Amino acid sequence: MEVNIGDVGARGAEAQTKVDGERMALNVGPSHPTTHGVLRLMMDLDGDVITRCEPVLGYLHRGDEKIAENMTYNQFVPYTDRLDYLAPLANNVAYAIAVERLAGIELPERCEAIRVLVCEMARISSHLLGMGVFGMDAGAWTPFMYTFTEREKLYTLFEELTGARFTTSYTRIGGVARDVPEGWLERVLNFCEHLPKAVDEVEKLLTRNRIFLDRTEGIGEVSQEDAIAFGFTGPNLRASGVDLDLRKDKPYSGYEKYEFDVPIGTRGDCYDRYLVRIEEVRQSIRIIKQVIKDFPDGVWYCEDAKKIFAPPKDKILSSMEELIQNFMIVTEGPQIPAGEVYFEAENPKGALGFYVVSKGGGVPYRLKIRAPSFCNLSILENMVPGHMLSDITVILGSLDFVMGECDR
Amino acid sequence: MIDQDFTDSLLEKFSSVSLRHHDDCLTLDCEPNAIVEFLSHLRDEETFDLLVDLTGIDHGQKAEVRYTVVIHLYSRIHRNYLRVHSPAVNNESPEFPSVESVFPAANWHEREAFDMFGITFSGHPNLKRILMWDEYPYFPLRKDFPLAGIDVPLPAEDVVEVTDASVEPAPMMGGPFVSSGDGMMSDSEPRAKDESWTEQAEKPV
Repeated sequence: MEVNIGDVGARGAEAQTKVDGERMALNVGPSHPTTHGVLRLMMDLDGDVITRCEPVLGYLHRGDEKIAENMTYNQFVPYTDRLDYLAPLANNVAYAIAVERLAGIELPERCEAIRVLVCEMARISSHLLGMGVFGMDAGAWTPFMYTFTEREKLYTLFEELTGARFTTSYTRIGGVARDVPEGWLERVLNFCEHLPKAVDEVEKLLTRNRIFLDRTEGIGEVSQEDAIAFGFTGPNLRASGVDLDLRKDKPYSGYEKYEFDVPIGTRGDCYDRYLVRIEEVRQSIRIIKQVIKDFPDGVWYCEDAKKIFAPPKDKILSSMEELIQNFMIVTEGPQIPAGEVYFEAENPKGALGFYVVSKGGGVPYRLKIRAPSFCNLSILENMVPGHMLSDITVILGSLDFVMGECDR
Repeated sequence: MIDQDFTDSLLEKFSSVSLRHHDDCLTLDCEPNAIVEFLSHLRDEETFDLLVDLTGIDHGQKAEVRYTVVIHLYSRIHRNYLRVHSPAVNNESPEFPSVESVFPAANWHEREAFDMFGITFSGHPNLKRILMWDEYPYFPLRKDFPLAGIDVPLPAEDVVEVTDASVEPAPMMGGPFVSSGDGMMSDSEPRAKDESWTEQAEKPV
């Protein structure tokens, strides 16, 4: 089938015009191995060609935004774990920075370095899973085993740092929950020394694999114009050849201090999205090594923000003033001035945005979560028609979305 | 560069746009009937070609204008965001012109704002609920909607027939620990809000 790359709907329009046989309605999901969560697709098929695709969401809707309006800023941190639950640390950081921008507080260098470090580790962990299951979607089981082995090591490191493997809840408004444990940085560095070998092995299995290429090249193509128009962000946007990485373009948490390259694709097909992720893992390793090399000393929370960040435990137990400070922050919440702020962080899945409206006090008046997976999926209706049914697995795998974040 | 000149020229071109207090990125107020034209201008002439977010705010039942639509655009040239506030007409059944024709990305965002706030986006090609199910009768992010939820019928008839189940409000005692904004903390606790029932002790009628 000849397809004009400039138009995301071209395949579908062509498929619409020549229906050869009888149309069949097919429902995929909400619980189906292909859909990586509880996404449901209602499709019309003409033989094996999809003529219509309507995504149905909301099966994992928990009302996070409503909940946020009813609790203090720090109480909401655990809820951010459950957005993109494959990179909870990155969500924690994005949320904390958004509120801190509203409060107008500056963080010490050590805290920023810790946050960059955990963000990049979260990115590696998310991309490892993304690549692994993408390979599995395309029929290659083994790479998944390789990437999961590495992810397990990352989880062990997360557990050492935060006390939890999965739901980390690591940041607080104005800092992080605790400093890095002794010897932890060396262990992260050690992990980074070994990871490239595993990535190489995955690449050997996939990147020039004939079957994998046949299944991914030219499938799910999204042009630059369409990627922008439909609000793609993150690796998916960059795979379409748009050079937008918020870590470079609007640096936060000290990303401007580190050297790294932003990989971009040329065609915007499933294969490019895979390549971009592979390269991003390598770049993340580069960033982590730089962070650890010049790891700043000092405190890991904002000492000046007396009404926002609770003091260390030993001081609470020994000093009256700190005890009161801690009590006020726990009961009333961190005191954030009135105003509004929009902050987006470059998360593994794309730009995770928090729009916070405050009327002062310890509770947000409105908190909107701009979830990258939600925006990245909105193109499905236009992109999928015209593809074969078997391409669905590959397209969904390559978009690398998380329904926890999409449905909120 | 987004500087004074940039803002002035925008304000000059559009009489229905005005400047709004802002701390993080340029924020403008825009009349709803000029929003489509204004956004097209921002996209085509001022390089703000990424609509990153569109959402609503409920200012409460007492507010003069109850619902506001907030749009965030991003420009890769300016490397910055731009925020547009625009009031939705009519507090009872709020309405707002759809900007889907300018930014296809707005499609799902508008559906979500409709789903959560009940703002009708006129001209939207497929305005129906996106996160809640189609038959759901309420708009959950409105300020008068209780956190616990409201009893509604289960959307699956065959299940209801056998189990007689319905969608029940969440028991609030024991969490989530509500501590909402205004007034004393003790006034905003679940028991003060009459949301203190549990699975054992039923909600007082």
